[in-house]
Amino acid sequence: MAYYRSTVLVSMDPVCIEKGALEIKEQLIKELALLKLSEEVQVLDSPRLGDPETEGPDILVYPEGSHYIQLSPATVGPIVLEHFVKGRELQQYKAQMRDVLDEELGEPKDKEIRIILENIGKIDPRNIEDYIAVDGYQALAKVLGEMSPEEVIQTILDSKLRGRGGAGFPTGLKWKFARQAPDTPKYMICNADEGDPGAFMNRKVLEGDPHSVLEGMAIGAYAVGANQGYVYCRAEYPIAVSTLNTAIEQAREYGLLGKDILGSGFDFDIEVRMGAGAFVCGEETALMASIEGGRGEPRARPPFPASKGLWGKPTNINNVETYANVPKIIHRGLEWYTSMGSEKSKGTKTFALAGDVAHTGLIEVPFGLTLREIIYDIGGGIKGGKAFKAVQTGGPMGGCLPASDLDLPVDYETLGAAGSIMGSGGMIVMDEGTCMVDIARFFMEFTQDESCGKCVPCRVGTRRLLEILEKICAGNGEEGDIEELEELSEQIRKNSLCGLGQGAPNPVLSTLNHFMDEYKAHIYEKRCPAKVCRALIKYEIIDGPCTGCTVCARNCPVGAITGERKQTHIIDQDICIKCGICYQVCQFDAINVS
Amino acid sequence: MPPVTINEEETILGVRRIVNRIGATRADLIPVLQAVTNEFGFISQPAMEELSALMNLPTKEIHSVATFYRMLSTQPRGRHIVQFCESAPCHVVGGREVFASLKQALALEPGQTSPDNKWTLLTTSCLGVCGMGPVILIDTDMYGNVTPEQVKEILSRYE
Repeated sequence: MAYYRSTVLVSMDPVCIEKGALEIKEQLIKELALLKLSEEVQVLDSPRLGDPETEGPDILVYPEGSHYIQLSPATVGPIVLEHFVKGRELQQYKAQMRDVLDEELGEPKDKEIRIILENIGKIDPRNIEDYIAVDGYQALAKVLGEMSPEEVIQTILDSKLRGRGGAGFPTGLKWKFARQAPDTPKYMICNADEGDPGAFMNRKVLEGDPHSVLEGMAIGAYAVGANQGYVYCRAEYPIAVSTLNTAIEQAREYGLLGKDILGSGFDFDIEVRMGAGAFVCGEETALMASIEGGRGEPRARPPFPASKGLWGKPTNINNVETYANVPKIIHRGLEWYTSMGSEKSKGTKTFALAGDVAHTGLIEVPFGLTLREIIYDIGGGIKGGKAFKAVQTGGPMGGCLPASDLDLPVDYETLGAAGSIMGSGGMIVMDEGTCMVDIARFFMEFTQDESCGKCVPCRVGTRRLLEILEKICAGNGEEGDIEELEELSEQIRKNSLCGLGQGAPNPVLSTLNHFMDEYKAHIYEKRCPAKVCRALIKYEIIDGPCTGCTVCARNCPVGAITGERKQTHIIDQDICIKCGICYQVCQFDAINVS
Repeated sequence: MPPVTINEEETILGVRRIVNRIGATRADLIPVLQAVTNEFGFISQPAMEELSALMNLPTKEIHSVATFYRMLSTQPRGRHIVQFCESAPCHVVGGREVFASLKQALALEPGQTSPDNKWTLLTTSCLGVCGMGPVILIDTDMYGNVTPEQVKEILSRYE
């Protein structure tokens, strides 16, 4: 085989082809030949690289990983010359690695209302003047110039703004408690430790509109009487951290953070602190322990942070989205804000739609929209025409809701009553091919892994739950398992120290509640109806459709498939590890799962 | 006492540089440990002892924090860190098959480092790019919409 020092991948996405990807490829091959590089650089097709709409036609050069975008045949020559001959990357056509994969926020769908996401993609997050041009920092100016802290708190109380981190505690009330706490100094914390799998709303806000969060924090700080703030951001979000730092620097330059903000005599500054990969740090007391430099372990409440928080001082903690709501409420007024949403939940909520839904990505809707409207009208329904099975809301501490709950309005109370939670806004849609016992096992694996280990009900209880679920998925379930799951869940929920443990049984309880049949099929009939649990399924090659193309045999990681070319192949069940790769690579639907 | 190797000296100098830059208060501990992990791949015993002296904290305290967070390591790691997102949105769109393929291609289980020190396989919590799962992160390069068949090709891009 020839040895190439570089490989160029050309995106052959249909949109890229329409925009001239084939011409780009042809030009590339021609230019490389001209420079006698054909034997050193190979050109290959790739199904898709960046976003074809905004970046195509595009190419990716390896081993450097340089992604050149929006190409035309005329730009190919200079790139080949610079990159392969001079060994320099041509910056003007280059995209950031992260951007290659990052999905853009599309136009709002019919039933969406965008408040929190409205500026994202429209303003440059690294230029404060863009934010100021869309009335940014007007609310802060109004608060500092015209309102007393008590008036600010009253406005937020009247807006009925509730904590978007998941619990839905009234924000105004939280601020009031922190204001009333006698001790000083006081701190403002923004919880940007968005750890729920599938939830990336906060990342988008921090990366796309960081000043809205800073402004909300500054308004809150004025209301509670704090002079120092911290944004605790997870380290998995490096771009969010750097965007925030830039935003903070610029706000300081403009006198919108720091000493004597806008000549009002009010001082407030913000620092970014990073997590180091611990899910439990999203819990407020664990988060504060982490800022203080310790293990991120929660402690019992009370005392609540409002009286004893960071370094034992009164502290107000809100989530990214909660803060981002604040300037909008102040600037546009209560009447406008409270016209959106349901009776007890005002305004909007962002959600991250993920899983088996046609349009994945971020959405923002007024409270009170039904799950059906969100999944079907906005999300475009289930991918690939399959049937809906369940939607999981609220992250790993949330629950799975079945089709019969699709018409429930989405607000804090309704989701709670249905056995799930609002959570921070993850929404994972699952189609008929999902095994609910496997899903419960999966979430328990997560929770068990992320349990900090401080309290016994959570540390030992989640492990026991996981063991039982693993046993059921492995085909070894027995009489009494369901009852034990239920009893353990109840104990863990009642006795755990923090929200992680208290919410941990939710995925188990909600799947038991709505999908008991599946548990029973696993335990009593040793059958996985969704054909997911490996111990309970078998892959076989069907005689008729198999053309003997050998693709399955070549891709089988354990060599379990044998057969002559053009003859029906056979899977050796003793060797098969049920990885499902043959099923995926077969182009003739010749693999049967039973 | 074992003789101080060049490596150990370098570690100690590096740790001093990091503490000088970031700070020596208790609240600086996590950023300092993160910087040490980034620079040396892990937090070694000599590094911990030097930190203990510089930050006036018992080594057990530093060890306790260092072992709590997933991104901090007290064990040496490979040249390339392969992280697989094990979160639900990636799981339901075929992550399990990709992970099986990844483990097989590397011949590693999560948490292990290959004998030639080239790879360390880890699982990571959600990276927030759920719209394009399954996702693999190799060092700082992110790959989305990965299929089991692509795994080998992706790994072959690394020396």
